[in-house]
Amino acid sequence: MPIFSPSPNLIALLYFACGVFFILALRGLSSPETARRGNMAGMIGMALAILTTLLLLDLKDETLWLLILPAVLIGGGIGAFVARRIPMTAMPQLVAAFHSLVGLAAVFVAFAAFLTPQSFGIELRLPNSSALYRTTASIVEMSLGSVIGAITFSGSVIAFAKLQGLMSGAPRLLPARHWLNGLLGVLIIGGVIYMALDAANQSFGVFLAISLAAFLLGFLLIIPIGGADMPVVISMLNSYSGWAAAGIGFTLSNLALIITGALVGSSGAILSYIMCKAMNRSFFGVILGGFGGEAEVARGAEDRPVKQGSADDAAFILKNARSVIVVPGYGMAVAQAQHALREMADKLKGAGVRLSYAIHPVAGRMPGHMNVLLAEAQVPYDEVFELEDINAEFARADAAFVIGANDVTNPSARSDPQSPIYGMPVLDVGKAGTVLFVKRGMGTGYAGVANPLFFEENTMMLFGDAKAMTEDIVKAL
Amino acid sequence: MTEIDPLILYLGIFILAIFVGYYVVWSVTPALHTPLMSVTNAISSVIAVGGLLALGASDMHFAARALGFLAVLLASVNIFGGFLVSQRMLAMYRKKEPKE
Repeated sequence: MPIFSPSPNLIALLYFACGVFFILALRGLSSPETARRGNMAGMIGMALAILTTLLLLDLKDETLWLLILPAVLIGGGIGAFVARRIPMTAMPQLVAAFHSLVGLAAVFVAFAAFLTPQSFGIELRLPNSSALYRTTASIVEMSLGSVIGAITFSGSVIAFAKLQGLMSGAPRLLPARHWLNGLLGVLIIGGVIYMALDAANQSFGVFLAISLAAFLLGFLLIIPIGGADMPVVISMLNSYSGWAAAGIGFTLSNLALIITGALVGSSGAILSYIMCKAMNRSFFGVILGGFGGEAEVARGAEDRPVKQGSADDAAFILKNARSVIVVPGYGMAVAQAQHALREMADKLKGAGVRLSYAIHPVAGRMPGHMNVLLAEAQVPYDEVFELEDINAEFARADAAFVIGANDVTNPSARSDPQSPIYGMPVLDVGKAGTVLFVKRGMGTGYAGVANPLFFEENTMMLFGDAKAMTEDIVKAL
Repeated sequence: MTEIDPLILYLGIFILAIFVGYYVVWSVTPALHTPLMSVTNAISSVIAVGGLLALGASDMHFAARALGFLAVLLASVNIFGGFLVSQRMLAMYRKKEPKE
């Protein structure tokens, strides 16, 4: 028995307080000034949730401590180590890995609840049977928690593998995948309904089967989705991890989990929506997969001449500009060019050039990815602007410096209804006096569409590795 | 009047929390979308609570305790990793230093 038995009302109030702290944590992120305080509120909320839960346990039981302490120390140690060491360019795969852990933890808790319903207060005793059953509501809730958790886990594992480069970022299309996914979906829903219909149907086998089907579904859902759609995928998995937590929260009648699940679920859903909108794609279009391929070759327009420049040419143009807008993209992250870029910016600012950064919402592999990289390179955040805030400025800029971005600058998104990216909001870099493109070669972007800007009179192509080229420009300045 | 099923109250809290999340997250600046994701990820590891309850299962069910142990382990990676990496990121966001 616990050392003292707190009333359920006290426990509920404490869990409510956790929910309030978590809301404050998200609220803090509305501005970089309050964000650190917000994160602190999150930590307090978490500590409170853990301590409150400990009040419910039998703390005099030594074996309990022998289990809790190693779990927290080992897990916490790994987490702290990774958090310190991870390079900022690897944030997308780190977040994917973290999502997979939440998903798997949800599955484990759901199974524990299935096995010992009596310790969660959800057992149901049938009149002429000695076996333990679960209440109908709780079997549905734990099934949802387990299924969504399993999809989150396996989907995040694939997303991690793609982002880490363990698996090709190109979409892989399995034959009849929609049928297979549909079949798995029907199996899962059928299994849950079957168990809900009659308590006698609650066999471990069925529960295991729906969870395994969900694991498989998670793999199959994410495999066909290409690398540059990852911002949507990560946001979606973020949302799923929240819904899984909420499912478990309902099973355990735990307010902290229900509130947090709802917050995280809606947060991820909003981010998915923002990402889809920034690509002018429907959410289902992304989820059904198969869009784009990173190794695709440009269609047509291959043999038109382009103006090629050297680092010295670029340095000359930049130095003589009054204002320059830098457009970073995923290529900058891959080349780790953000520090060299900041050095270049410092030199230019020293020479009296007005410099700002323009960020497209889907630049990079997760929402806000470029902002973090620039912040890491100590670029002040008030020099960094979102698409709608800076797009009008390109017409007034003497030069645009596009580094590792392509599709997000492609004017055919506005002008060519045939283009696969038609309708996607793009940065109007072409309106700047001179456009400098730092690129490895003439390859197309993710969407596999040729960028007509490359052939424009006022465009200069700077071929080379983004980091090496930027360093050369710094030397030439 | 008969008592309200607690499930309905939980459902009500859940729905209201979705609305709170909706409005709070729309006010997050896009520049902080990556930290937003790592913070939401860190707070979703409150799933550790479920793991703790499974560990404390009254009848010492072996499998349930093992599952609880694993859940607490995984969630702890997330709690520490998630909050620390968020803190590390947020510490990098700096304003322009006033010139001279």
